Formats: sequence, C-alpha cells, structure tokens
Amino acid sequence: MTDVIVAEGLRKRYGDKAALDGLDLRVARGSVHGVLGPNGAGKTTLVRVLSTLLRPDEGRAEVAGHDAEHEAYDVRLRIGLLGQHAALDEELGGRQNLEMFGRLYHLGARHARVRADELLERFGLADTGRKPVRAYSGGMRRRLDLAASLIRDPEVLFLDEPTTGLDPRGRAEVWAAVRSLVGGGTTVLLTTQYLEEADQLADRISLVDRGRVVADGTADELKARTGGDRIDVVLRDGGQLGAAVALLPLDAAGVSVDADRRLLSAPVTDRMAALSGVVRALESAGIEAEDVVLRRPTLDEVFLHLTGDDHRVKEAV
Amino acid sequence: MTTYALTDSWTMTRRELAHWARQPVRVLVGLVFPVMLLLMFGYLVGGGRGVEGEYVDYLVPGMLALTMAFGLEATMIAVTQDLNKGVIDRFRSMPMANGAVLVGRSAADMLQSVLSLAAMIGVGYAIGWRVHGGVGGLLAAVGLLLLFRFAMLWIGIHLAMVAGKPEMVQAVQILVWPVGFLSNAFATPDSMPGWLGTVVDWNPMSQTATAVRDQLGGPGGEPGHVGAAVVWPLALLAVFFPLALRRFARLSR
Ligand SMILES: Nc1ncnc2c1ncn2[C@@H]1O[C@H](COP(=O)(O)OP(=O)(O)OP(=O)(O)O)[C@@H](O)[C@H]1O
Ligand SMILES: [Mg+2]
Repeated sequence: MTDVIVAEGLRKRYGDKAALDGLDLRVARGSVHGVLGPNGAGKTTLVRVLSTLLRPDEGRAEVAGHDAEHEAYDVRLRIGLLGQHAALDEELGGRQNLEMFGRLYHLGARHARVRADELLERFGLADTGRKPVRAYSGGMRRRLDLAASLIRDPEVLFLDEPTTGLDPRGRAEVWAAVRSLVGGGTTVLLTTQYLEEADQLADRISLVDRGRVVADGTADELKARTGGDRIDVVLRDGGQLGAAVALLPLDAAGVSVDADRRLLSAPVTDRMAALSGVVRALESAGIEAEDVVLRRPTLDEVFLHLTGDDHRVKEAV
Repeated sequence: MTTYALTDSWTMTRRELAHWARQPVRVLVGLVFPVMLLLMFGYLVGGGRGVEGEYVDYLVPGMLALTMAFGLEATMIAVTQDLNKGVIDRFRSMPMANGAVLVGRSAADMLQSVLSLAAMIGVGYAIGWRVHGGVGGLLAAVGLLLLFRFAMLWIGIHLAMVAGKPEMVQAVQILVWPVGFLSNAFATPDSMPGWLGTVVDWNPMSQTATAVRDQLGGPGGEPGHVGAAVVWPLALLAVFFPLALRRFARLSR
C-alpha cells in the first residue's frame, strides 16, 4: 500500500497562534481518511496546505507523489477540493459554473458541456435552469460545489466539513456520493466535527487538536484505547441515579451520568459479570431500569479521553 | 502550463462577459458616468482657463484621458471584490495558467473602455466637438488612450492585491481623484501657479491628453508628445504587470 498523502511536521502560525503545530499525517491510496477535530483545531489550514492554497511555515506535504509547495501545478492536476465555504461563481448559474470549470480543467468546450450535464443530473441539479447560484439553497450550493470538485475524476479528493449545515437528507446524499467515489479508487481526505460522520465514512481517523494529531487509527482501534467496553443503564426514574451509582458494582471513577436521559454509563472489564451484577443489584434494590446495554465506547468518549478536555466536540446530530 | 495561457484567459474573459449579460444595467451605469462628467464640464463649468480656440475641442480629449485614468479605480474595485470571493480558491486549486484570472479581468475592462470611449466620442460629437486630424489621427488617439488605460488597469490590479480589503480600496479611491484632476484635462498648466503647473505637466495623464489633442488637431496639442504618451504607460506596465502577476501567484500562500 502506498501513501498518497504525506504530511511531515507541518507548522503554520497566525500571529502568536499556531494553526498547525507540527502535524504529521499519512493517507493510504484508495482509502477514506477522517480528520476529526473541534473548531479551530486546524482542519481547514491543513486542507489548504495540502491543496496548494497555503504555504506552510515549516514542514513538507506531498500529494499524489508531488510536493504541494514546489510542484503545485502537478498536485492541482490530480486533486479535487470541496472547501469549507462555497467556491463557486455566485452570479452565474450551475451549468455555467461547471462548464467554466470544465474548460479550465482543459476538457475542451464540448466535453466540458457534456460533463456539466452529467454532473448536474447526478447531483439532482438538472432543473435549476439559469438561476444564479446566489439564489440556491445551502444544500444545492454544497452539491454543486461537490460536483465542481469531481469534474476531472480526481485522484485525491479533499472535503472540508462537507456536511456542516446540511439537513439529514443533504447529509445522506453527500455520504452516498463519497461512498460511490471510493468504489472508484479515489482517495478521500475528509474533515469533520461529527464523530458519527467519521465513524460512518472513514477507514482511518486522525483526531486533531490544537494543530497536531493527538491520536490515529481505525475507529475500532481508537475505541479500544479508552479501555474497552462500557455499560449503559437507563432508569425509569432519573431521581434514583445517585442511589444507583452508589450501589452498583462499577468502577466509580469511570462512571458518567446524564440526568436528561436518565442514563449512567461506566467502563467494564468483564462484560458478562458486569451485566449480571448490575441487573441483580438493581433488582434487589428495587430500582426499575428501562434499558441495560453493553457497548463499545463512542468516538466522543475516545476524544474526551485522549484530549482530557470536556465539551469540545459536537455530538453527531 | 503556458500552452493553456490563452485558452484559460479566454475562459476567464467569457466569465466577465457572462457577468455583463446577467447585469446589463451595471454596464450601462458604468458607461453613463463619464458621459455625465463630460456634459457637466461642457455646459455647467464652462470655458477653461488658458485655452485658445474652442473649449470643447480642448475638453473632450481631456475627458477621454480622465475616463481612462478613473478606470484604475474601477479595475481595483472589481479585483478586490473578486479576490474576496470564494471562487478564487477554486481557481487557485485548479491546474490553470497563472494569472488567467487577471488577464480575463483586463480583457473585459479593456472592452468596457472601448465602449466607454465610443459613447463619449458620440456624445462629444453631439455637443459640437470635431476631429481635425482625420481618421488616422482619431485611431492614433484612441490607441494612445487605450494604452494609457492598460497601464492604469495593471496598476489597479496590483493595488487591489496590495490593499487586499475593501476598506483599503476607499483610501486609494480618494487618491485617484486629485491625481485625475491634477492634470491638464480641464485647464492648461500655463494658467496654474508654477509648482502646480509642473506637477500637472509631469502627470502621465497630461502627457496622454496632450498627445491625443495633437492627434485630433485641437487646442492644447503639442507635436512630439506622442513619444512621452507611449513611453510613460509602457514604463508603468513594465513595473506593475510583472509585480501583479507575481503577487497573484503568491497570494495568501
Ligand atoms: N487567515 C487566518 N488569520 C488568522 N488566524 C487564522 C487564519 N486562518 C486560521 N486561523 C486560526 O488558526 C486556527 C485554526 O484554524 P482552522 O480554520 O484551520 O480551524 P478548523 O479546524 O478548520 O476550525 P473549524 O471547525 O471552525 O472550521 C484557528 O485558531 C484560527 O483562528
Ligand atoms: Mg475549518
């Protein structure tokens, strides 16, 4: 397996703030790599460096076999970019945009037209007519932007928070598009604040915080790093949460309580012993439970565990 | 890479023309403004100081040159707006010829200037201005004016990238006006106080206006000025054209 994206020691400062602080990354050909991090983690800065828009202060980035700084043209031939904000001509219509980009990718006038029609059809934008992009909904604009980044069947596709601000249907459409691309051999680097999105789409995930990668691996590997499985107990009466925590045979330090959802959650080592112990203890104390489940930790818990920082990651919606 | 310089520039020019087609009113307003200035100075302000002969024959060439000078401001505003649009990121992430974005802008602005000159020459004719230098003189005059506009254009592009933000553009805008008016567009330098006359004489715009007057055969023309009206813009281009291209290539990187 060869690495299509290699970043080594990337640094970029804005004033006295380090947007990238020695970031290393490797992405294997044909894989989907998720870069997961909170606001201001450096995701967009990373994507801009890799897509030749920004020169790092230090470090080196190689994309599709070419240096992003010194061989920008060769990199640009091989990438597609869906930036965090729409990169479209707002005054022109969807077809005009795609045709223009097709010509700039040197497809030739006729092929650019054909390709524009194909993509409009594929992303459900065929009936937008001459309406300027300015008048598009957020979801339409995002789909057109994605279409524009696919004009040339890129070898490497960068998606910077592709579904932020989309409704569930729009998100599902983008996810479907990403999955179909991967079948075709495209390498995708995707940034997101949504744990669920990284979990759903990515083969490997890099957790990024304050401009560096704090953990790296498959979703399962990362989950294993917080110490294995967890047990969730949902009580009928939230008022009994305190009593239950005191009474259950669980590792008190690892227990977390969510009063709104009448939920308590704790790490376990021996799955079956924990399950039967909890059920028996609840029964004998007369505390009624709605649900008791064993599960793997969520990426959210992994992230909190690894960064030791609360409330920095949005829950997947 | 350079093999695509022409086709990419043409694609970017088409983009500007597509914008015109979407906003014809904006194009018209751009044409009407200098015509209004011409009419104002022709009818309201009246005869210029120190001009011998028909004032309108002095004024029209001056206004043509002034319109070309103000083009700097128009170009600068357009480029600043363009650079702050998201689409620039897409252009810069594509394997396009470097600077095609700027060349497209300059082609569209030059076309706009040709239309503007045509409109002003038409209105000038209507208010009594006459060409005394024949068709050859008229063509030479238009050529000099467009050359001057081309130099202003690349200064405008460069300043837009240096200034960067729309707030800074206003500062430059305020400067363009005195530079435009500290010229011989309306009155002869001889009629001004010594130092002012010198400044006005040295203003590249005055050089172009004087050469144009010469070609058109009106008052205020001096033979032998064509050289200066060619050299000045070329010198400015030699500085600002490469600066602008370089600046664009390294933009925000
Ligand atoms: N052009 C800039 N000028 C100044 N500071 C910047 C600039 N770009 C980024 N930063 C800073 O660098 C840090 C990283 O920004 P970046 O946009 O890469 O984060 P992000 O992970 O994409 O965040 P978000 O999820 O909000 O998009 C932030 O603190 C940001 O304020
Ligand atoms: Mg971002």
